[in-house]
Amino acid sequence: MSREITISVFKFDPRDKASKPEFVDYKMQEDPGMSLFIALNKIRETLDDDLSFDFVCRAGICGSCAMIVNGKPTLACKTLTSQFKDGHIKLMPMPSFELIKDLSVNTGKWMDGMSKRVESWIHSSKEMDYTKLEDKVEPDVAQEVFELDRCIECGICVAGCGTKAVNENFVGAVGLNRVARFQIDPNDERTDADFYELVGDDDGIFGCMSLMGCEDNCPKDLPLQNRIAYMRNKLIQVGKQK
Amino acid sequence: MKINYCDTLVVGGGLAGLRAAIVARQRGLNVKVISLVPVKRSHSAAAQGGMQASLGNSNKAEGDNEDVHFIDTVKGSDWGCDQRVARMFAQTAPKAIRQLAHWGVPWSRVKEGDKTAVIDTKKVTITETKEAHGLINSRDFGGTKKWRTCYTADGTGHSMLYGVANKALGEDVDIEDRKELISLIVENGICYGGVVRDLISGELSAYVAKGTLIATGGYGRLYRVTTNAVICDGSAHATVMEAGGTLGNMEAVQFHPTPIVPSGILLTEGCRGDGGVLRDADGYRFMPDYEPEKKDLASRDVVSRRMLEHIAKGKGVDSPYGKHLWLDISILGREHVEKNLRDIQDIAMSFNGIDPADENGKGWMPVRPAQHYSMGGIRTKETGELTTLKGAYSCGESACWDLHGFNRLGGNSVGEAIVSGMIVGEYLADYCENSDINISTASIESHIKKQKDYLQSILDRPKGESAHELKKEMQDVMDAKVGVFRNGPHLEEAVRELEDILKRSNNISVEGSKSLTSANPGLDSAYRVHKMIKVALTVAKGALDRTESRGAHTREDFPKRDDEKWLKRTITSWANENDTLPTVSYEDLDVNTMEIPPSYRGYGKKGLIIDHPDTWERKEVVSRIKEQLIADGSDRYAIQDALMPYELPSNYKERNRRLGDSGDE
Repeated sequence: MSREITISVFKFDPRDKASKPEFVDYKMQEDPGMSLFIALNKIRETLDDDLSFDFVCRAGICGSCAMIVNGKPTLACKTLTSQFKDGHIKLMPMPSFELIKDLSVNTGKWMDGMSKRVESWIHSSKEMDYTKLEDKVEPDVAQEVFELDRCIECGICVAGCGTKAVNENFVGAVGLNRVARFQIDPNDERTDADFYELVGDDDGIFGCMSLMGCEDNCPKDLPLQNRIAYMRNKLIQVGKQK
Repeated sequence: MKINYCDTLVVGGGLAGLRAAIVARQRGLNVKVISLVPVKRSHSAAAQGGMQASLGNSNKAEGDNEDVHFIDTVKGSDWGCDQRVARMFAQTAPKAIRQLAHWGVPWSRVKEGDKTAVIDTKKVTITETKEAHGLINSRDFGGTKKWRTCYTADGTGHSMLYGVANKALGEDVDIEDRKELISLIVENGICYGGVVRDLISGELSAYVAKGTLIATGGYGRLYRVTTNAVICDGSAHATVMEAGGTLGNMEAVQFHPTPIVPSGILLTEGCRGDGGVLRDADGYRFMPDYEPEKKDLASRDVVSRRMLEHIAKGKGVDSPYGKHLWLDISILGREHVEKNLRDIQDIAMSFNGIDPADENGKGWMPVRPAQHYSMGGIRTKETGELTTLKGAYSCGESACWDLHGFNRLGGNSVGEAIVSGMIVGEYLADYCENSDINISTASIESHIKKQKDYLQSILDRPKGESAHELKKEMQDVMDAKVGVFRNGPHLEEAVRELEDILKRSNNISVEGSKSLTSANPGLDSAYRVHKMIKVALTVAKGALDRTESRGAHTREDFPKRDDEKWLKRTITSWANENDTLPTVSYEDLDVNTMEIPPSYRGYGKKGLIIDHPDTWERKEVVSRIKEQLIADGSDRYAIQDALMPYELPSNYKERNRRLGDSGDE
């Protein structure tokens, strides 16, 4: 037996002067196996074609669809409506990011800024000759780098972060994880002192209050607190020598 | 009106577009990339299994080289590909993968010593040498002679995309996301960029460039049941046709054997490559009965057809979403699943509540073939330039370059994206360095105005057709009548119905916001769906007219591959704005210049080929040249060059060194 569910969605267009923030309730019959991807598209197709939200892969891989579902930041595509026993689901856009419209926020712009700030690319002075055998990398090291490379920049760690809520400039667990990723990458020649220049302050590694909102909500189960602690330890050593 | 100028405009921020943009940037050009979504969210990220490159590092890859990769690719394509392009690709792929390693892609590496693998459901021990320890590893994939697919667990596309996108940031490539190309600016047969809509502010502006690259991915969303991301809607293909470009082999659509039911989310071929198997309602492993040699790892078109055949025999598993089969990876053991197929486990658990590592049938995942890849696309020359539009280029899945012919091998999609980005990027940069922008401001403004008027006319329309309803109808037609098995009567109906839907789409209206100056998802759908229907027509019409079966294109009424009549590429175009059907023409494939003349692929049904009259003669010529050169002591490079010479830009043609090569080879 299918039940009726109510999806209450935050609607607001900051570019439209007449628009006022409000919650709009949409009621629909729940389908078996229904995810929020299916439900929100059903709303757009049958009830409100002006509702803005972001999905791309709808498989938990691309990180586009993070939003606040009944108070928690999560990937909407992987959220099944059946997990809400009372049939009421409240959706809000993630805080800490620029609101585009309704549930759509500009994570792309923020993540670009973060990537540039931590210089999220390999720094290497080595001339590469790709006709020759590649440099060897210890299999376990490659695996460790991959573990941290799995971040999908969905923004959930930023939306769930208490530090970010009080410090606008905090680089977020995503930024600190990125630094940790390059710190262990054998292709990257940067030293801990170089990373200290990028994130060795209260907006970076020393700002984290260890409230765990990042790791608790990370959809990829990244070991964020562990990596932040690791980097903090490394950069304290640099700081002591200053 | 706002006009932005640059040297090179790249439309699409996936692997192909970004890689080409990096080439242009490194050559000193002023490059702009526009993308529908933040570039790291592009559909390239969803490629799970890996990228083929003939490094030959691991035990099961020993003896691999460009020649073997080339042959596998041509066979995979069912002789539909451009063999020179396949050579260009196979030669560049090892360089691409090594360069990506240098850019930080954490490829899985070979570990010295014994390891256990599952081959043919049996545990076997593979021993890796000390010399190979730390080099890039590879896994088995369908339709390949060697274990050639390099990977980062099952997150290969993600790692590659992040590696390339981060490199682009480091090179200071100018990337603007949430921007959509809605028309190309063409004057005197030359393309000078396009009109672009800002998906946040709604603003229309011109991006004027010397050279323009379209790298917008495939057209999978013409189907409802697809593994593709929602942005892979093919609307840019229509935009290209509207500007005078042509599309190639649009009927060549790949159906992947193992998307999970019912969501259609992909479960990588790596599941079977690593030793997983397909099972039926009785738990029976049926693929060896159909394909004794390649079994579960025949090419994707073959496995998909065999699965549907098996379901038709009554061996499918019943479910509320129709019949399906099972994919069993539990035989690989929990440790392997949780390390190398973790995203697969995550998908199965999140969407189906199944833990695929669970034993005794509990972990079997429901699978059924669904649309997966677009072999067809924007027709280009070997340089990536459109055959009919100067200054416009295309690469990656959006293009019909034509690497894949009528079936793409697993591991060749992200491979093509990167490699074609490297190659086409160089040719595009050459063009941009040697050309000027010769178009007046007034003309550019008239292009913007035309689009603005068009969008306004949609918004002004009183109650008309619903874009969502028309899209649904189109997808129903494509799923039901232009799917894995096709036939004349169904395709005729499909074309007729799609033509009707296209006519109705001229009357699409928008229910909600009438704003042209803010985000407007209703308007997005309205103009995209109209374009999608045009593209759907090129697929259906191409399929109807092609009265043979080749690769993924399977005609029940024409079961043979007919080289005599159909060794040619379908070309579709949109001759007049008000046409309701595409114009179809053909390009011949020349048997007499092929390095490998057409033959049986080594998998799939036998005895179903009608030979081209030139095939036997070409076979004789090829074997004569080979014998003579071998007798003369020529190496494989000289033989290749004698059979089918080809060019590559930059230093891509330099020989790829491998383990065991002497240093001065």
